[in-house]
Amino acid sequence: MTPAEKAKAPPTTVPRDGPDLTGPELEARLHRTWARPRGLIGWLSSVDHKEIGVRYVVTALIFFAMAGLLALHMRLQLARPESNLMTPELYNETFTMHGSTMMFLFAVPVMQGMQIYLTPLMAGTRNMAFPRLTAFSYWMYLSGGLMLWISHVMNISPDNGWFSYVPLAGPQFSPGKRADVWAQMITFTEVAALAVAVTLTTTILKQRAPGMTLARMPIFLWSTLVTSVMVIFSMPSVALASSMLISDRSVGTQFFNPAENGDALLWQHLFWFFGHPEVYIIFLPGTAFVSEIVVTFCRRSIHGYSVVALSLVATGILAFGLWVHHMFATGLPRVGYSFFTAASMSVAIPTGLQIFCWIATMWEGRPRLTVPMLYVIGFIFTFVIGGLSGVIIASVPLDLQLTDTYFIVAHLHYVLIGGGVFPLIGAITYWFPKVTGRMMSERMGKIAFWALFLGFQLAFFPMHISGLMGMPRRVFTYPAGMGLELPNMLSTIGAFVVAAAVLLFVVNLVNSLFRGVPAGPNPWDAPSLEWAASSPPAPYNFPHIPVVESRTPLWDADGSLRVVHGLRVEEPELLLTTVVSATPDIREPGVAPSPWPFLSTIATAVVFVCSIFSPWALVFGIVPAGIALTAWFWPKKPPPEGEPVIV
Amino acid sequence: MTLRHVFADDVSELPTNAFSHRSLTWWGVIGFMVIEGTAFGLVFATYFFLMSHEQHWAPQPLLPPNPLAGTLFTIIILATEIPNTMIKKAAEKYDLATVRRLLPWMVGVPLLLFVLRGFEFNSLNVNWYDNAYGSVLWALLVLHTTHIGTDWVDTVVLWRLMMTPHGEEPRRFSDIDENSLYWRFVWLAWLPIYLLIYLVPRLFR
Repeated sequence: MTPAEKAKAPPTTVPRDGPDLTGPELEARLHRTWARPRGLIGWLSSVDHKEIGVRYVVTALIFFAMAGLLALHMRLQLARPESNLMTPELYNETFTMHGSTMMFLFAVPVMQGMQIYLTPLMAGTRNMAFPRLTAFSYWMYLSGGLMLWISHVMNISPDNGWFSYVPLAGPQFSPGKRADVWAQMITFTEVAALAVAVTLTTTILKQRAPGMTLARMPIFLWSTLVTSVMVIFSMPSVALASSMLISDRSVGTQFFNPAENGDALLWQHLFWFFGHPEVYIIFLPGTAFVSEIVVTFCRRSIHGYSVVALSLVATGILAFGLWVHHMFATGLPRVGYSFFTAASMSVAIPTGLQIFCWIATMWEGRPRLTVPMLYVIGFIFTFVIGGLSGVIIASVPLDLQLTDTYFIVAHLHYVLIGGGVFPLIGAITYWFPKVTGRMMSERMGKIAFWALFLGFQLAFFPMHISGLMGMPRRVFTYPAGMGLELPNMLSTIGAFVVAAAVLLFVVNLVNSLFRGVPAGPNPWDAPSLEWAASSPPAPYNFPHIPVVESRTPLWDADGSLRVVHGLRVEEPELLLTTVVSATPDIREPGVAPSPWPFLSTIATAVVFVCSIFSPWALVFGIVPAGIALTAWFWPKKPPPEGEPVIV
Repeated sequence: MTLRHVFADDVSELPTNAFSHRSLTWWGVIGFMVIEGTAFGLVFATYFFLMSHEQHWAPQPLLPPNPLAGTLFTIIILATEIPNTMIKKAAEKYDLATVRRLLPWMVGVPLLLFVLRGFEFNSLNVNWYDNAYGSVLWALLVLHTTHIGTDWVDTVVLWRLMMTPHGEEPRRFSDIDENSLYWRFVWLAWLPIYLLIYLVPRLFR
């Protein structure tokens, strides 16, 4: 049969879900189709978004803990003036590893991990678009993280700070391989983040449940869409910059060398064109957790849905117009100062609108003060302080005074921990029953929240004071008798309280995994689709694909859920819908588990790591990488029989 | 609480393959084109940023690049759009015979492009390590060459695939369609690069 004849062939009878095939019989058969093989090979071959999402989150939390230990080490060093606990060199490495790990190996990946886990469930589909690319991204991310930390163990870790400014990071002032390790870690993590961004964007645009128009998407999906598009436009910038840095260092290009008419400020422009949107790439998922949690625990739909969704979009756009405020101290034209000050202040507007919408939702609803909700309140309190200190330093005269002091350290931690980590821990508590089928302990959760919240304020609020007193960041000690002893000692005590709170959270996590109260599919009585799946969800997520008719489908379901039917059961199959109105359009064949993403990662990782030592690795290493990618793409089995009309 | 299922529409009659924005992989290709387009745009920005530091561009006493190889390259890559469009249209009609007949053109002609590209590197009149101007010129050319290289490998793999029985599967025609789309991106991206390498250094000497 020619392809044209095949395209016109009538459908043949194959098992499909529907009134005649439903319930336990359907679920058993779907399980056989969608579950991955057991054993190590099966584990390495997994393309299930839930498994990959959990791997992302767990790995990121491990990196969070390791970077947190580095922070404790630094706080011990700074607890007293003129301390010799650390050498200046070790201090440089430690703050560089802390910042790089937190930004590139924790904050972005943990948010993307949550998005990978939740997006298909919230959209009402069975898996991500391009699940093998998602698997590849995880392995790439893990490889980059391992490379950085193995280099730390081998004492060749980077020591130029998380933004690795030239000329310090250039060939003249950073001989050795430390700066190259940093730059190549960027390559790994950016490839991973970009791949995830494409898969998430496609999943949201093409795989939403029938009826889930753009205007009915959960706010979380709006935020995922906006952050993914932001990743797509911002991360090429840092990947390009780090490639230029490596080539300056290894093959003698002159991009950042002023002696040959390169420019060190070029690095700062390219870095912050990525670096500022990065803040919102971390923060917008945080706001989306907040929106979901507030809705569930106030038992009403979000106040001002359109305002919140448009605020996300507006923040995403404005975030690309502010990068120069990181460079006020480099000297700019007057009009540049004015423009970027105005832009920096304006981004507070959409965020402020979101905060008012949450407060209005709480005002109009009946808030239940569960642990996730406490984190929301902790977030609002902390983030408002961080946001306001941000508005303060958007003003150039103040920024020139405060730049590179502990005031900035306080600001960025208020924004990132307040805006990212608090909502994240609330979100983990909120979705934990979905992932594991068990509830986390409320009592331990509340103790951990208060310890974390108060410990955080104790650790970071005094940094505003030490910063105003002129204490510079990134200096390994400070002299006695300048009034810096008290704020530093308070910060150190606070840091240990935070560590204890995180430890308590982890104990609660592990304990609940085994001994938590069993949760049904929807323990919080939440409105979005992921709560229609079982807890934990089956490998195929939903036995039948749900139909969505409102923004709060499960609250409006009244005990029943409308579903479409007719997808294949013996072959993995997804339903594609149209971009805006989510009308059913295509039955997309699903993807089988495959070891090739893992093997392709190994081939690519060898190229990236070896290219630190010789540019020729790029030339020779491309061959095995190309073979692995070709093997990944090449179809392994004939197409499924009995396909119907193609139009 | 387990929800009772109420069956609505039957989707079993829906097709399993389509082209353009209805295809899942089309969105993936667009996503990567946007990523790479952004990277190209940022190199262009870098180019003008570095140019703003110079009195002359190309900096004296360097000669601007010799345009012969690059111009030939441009003419030929524009000409490849003829077989490229024919393949794309054939794929959209599931015309396997035409796809099989024309794909070798898209495998063979880029070989000529690679040779011309080699001459282009040789006609820049500057090395990548000489100064920032040289670095950015080489960056533009290397970045574009990687795109030709990756799309060429992709085309070779697709060509071999289409010669097997897998080529009869309708979904493979979407792959061909999207590979042709990507090739359009590769030559469209070349046009501004051509101007930046060969024209701008002559205008601002």
